[in-house]
Amino acid sequence: MIARLGRNPIALGFLALLLLIVIGSTFSVVPETRQAVIVRFGDVDRTVNRYQAGVPFGNTGAGLIARIPFVEEIHWIDKRILSIPMDRQQVLSTDQLRLQVDAFARYRIVDPVRMYISARTEERVSDQLRPILGSALRNELGKRPFAALLSPERGQMMDNIQNALNRVARQYGAEIIDVRIKRADLPDGTPLESAYQRMQTARQQEARSIRAQGLKQAQIIRAEADAEAARTYADAFGKDPDFYEFYRAMQSYETSFVDNGSGQPVGKSSIILSPQNEYLKEFSGRR
Amino acid sequence: MSRFFGWGARIGAMMNENRGGPWGSGGGSGDAGGGGGGGPRNPWGQPPRGKKPAGGGTTGNVTSLDDFLKKSKERFGGRFPESGGRPYWLYGLGIFLILWLLFTSFHRIGPQERGVVTRLGSYSSTLSPGIAMTLPAPIDRVQKIDVEEIRTIDIGSTDASSENLILTGDQNIIDLAYSVRWNISDPELYLFQISNPEETIREVAESAMRAVVAGVSLDDAIGAGRSEIEQRVEQTMQQLLNDYNSGITVQGVAIKQSDPPAAVNDAFKEVSAAQQQAQSYINDARAYALQLTAKAQGEAAAFDKVYEEYRLSPEVTRRRMYYETMEKVLSRVDKTIVEAPGVTPYLALPEVQRRAQEGAAR
Repeated sequence: MIARLGRNPIALGFLALLLLIVIGSTFSVVPETRQAVIVRFGDVDRTVNRYQAGVPFGNTGAGLIARIPFVEEIHWIDKRILSIPMDRQQVLSTDQLRLQVDAFARYRIVDPVRMYISARTEERVSDQLRPILGSALRNELGKRPFAALLSPERGQMMDNIQNALNRVARQYGAEIIDVRIKRADLPDGTPLESAYQRMQTARQQEARSIRAQGLKQAQIIRAEADAEAARTYADAFGKDPDFYEFYRAMQSYETSFVDNGSGQPVGKSSIILSPQNEYLKEFSGRR
Repeated sequence: MSRFFGWGARIGAMMNENRGGPWGSGGGSGDAGGGGGGGPRNPWGQPPRGKKPAGGGTTGNVTSLDDFLKKSKERFGGRFPESGGRPYWLYGLGIFLILWLLFTSFHRIGPQERGVVTRLGSYSSTLSPGIAMTLPAPIDRVQKIDVEEIRTIDIGSTDASSENLILTGDQNIIDLAYSVRWNISDPELYLFQISNPEETIREVAESAMRAVVAGVSLDDAIGAGRSEIEQRVEQTMQQLLNDYNSGITVQGVAIKQSDPPAAVNDAFKEVSAAQQQAQSYINDARAYALQLTAKAQGEAAAFDKVYEEYRLSPEVTRRRMYYETMEKVLSRVDKTIVEAPGVTPYLALPEVQRRAQEGAAR
């Protein structure tokens, strides 16, 4: 038979190809990032490189494995931390305010056999957990007033959501590592508009108060200046009120009749004097 | 090294088998050939054993290369030229194998890189910078990871067209754009722990930023509190990423833009306008105050000077000032002096007016 094959290179090639296929389907490389579930005729036979917490890389089950070709089948399951993106959820707080929440959960498949039996693929696990995450989020956040929703990390909320989600996730062989709220926004439309309006009016109020404060300070500064000027005048003029009376009168006459300092001509004035006037006292000559 | 040779030979054998080489005696003979240095089975390590007819190899064992070449020549019309008894394609294969071994066994790891070696999928070691040797390719694989490069992820944009709105602690809204700088601190964890590192960092950053901003007021978020927010986001992110064992170090978070949303921007501008206005009120008042004080001081000083002189000779000074002032005043006005008794002074007001008008016209 061998001799016949030797004469027939095409048959030989075919045989070699068959051999390659057998080798290829017998040996597989399990990378660090994947867990392998080996299924024999539909039944789970064993798992390779199953996730175990705290095992350093290199000591995990990753490596070359052998299986019975065509009988055993390998089903790959991601070993890394995976993410469930959640659709936007509208949450109604106890004080009837609405908030749109974007959250995500991170999980890891810790029980690949259970996961294989219940969901088969990672996408299915995500699809199954997504609505649960949404409803857990709505339930938990709906019990709080709006102000508490803004920073849900502070209380028990995220833990409760994570626990609720974990209960379901365990059925799929998954473990929830973390649930986080990515965004929390006011819904478009009225809530957003009214928030904007509130911000606007708050700012306008602030603007007015700033202006009023400015006016107030300006007035105080002016009054202080007036007071200081008055004190300066009083200090100087108080030395001789009688002379001040005379001095000021002289200044006043000059300003009124001659030059008021503004550069405008003074209105024409007519003065009727009596000869008995002080000014004309010398007019009649000394007697 | 025996493993190494065995592997090399196996590849060669497989290739030959694929081409339907004549020595392939079925089964795994090629596979086993040369595995442990089994000399006589190695197809090219053997001297020609004399010419045998094509089908004459009754043992089915490996025949000489010359035989094969002859047959090939017959079969393919001499497509493989002979050269000293060895075909070119065999040399080519040898060179290819040597190059393959060279390129996949020796690795140059740059100073900023680390090489993560996986042996048949299982993590074996991390190569430090320098030249390193591993087993050749399908057995050992080396993934080079740049651990020094600072990568940047931008969240939100500074464009006016897009807004990344975040609620602050006092239920106001700001439009925030920031960037996260990170690098890989632990290449094994980075490769094996997280399925989508960039997306993870982005989500963690958004979550941390939202959580931190929800704890501060609007004024802090757009103003003085920015550097504190950056620091707290960085800390929160690092903590989360450590929890994931991601092998990522956050180098920094930088807020590029932190503005009120466009819809309320006018109101915010109004505030700064009001601040300017208030300042201008105050400036005006200060100017007035300076002016008034200076005037008062000037007048007081002038009075003081005159008063000093006046005290020296009060009466004369008083008279002098009186006359000087009167002179100035009366020289500029119309004067009427009524002396005689019984003369009723007639003050013709219309006349005065007319004259005033004439004076103005002239």
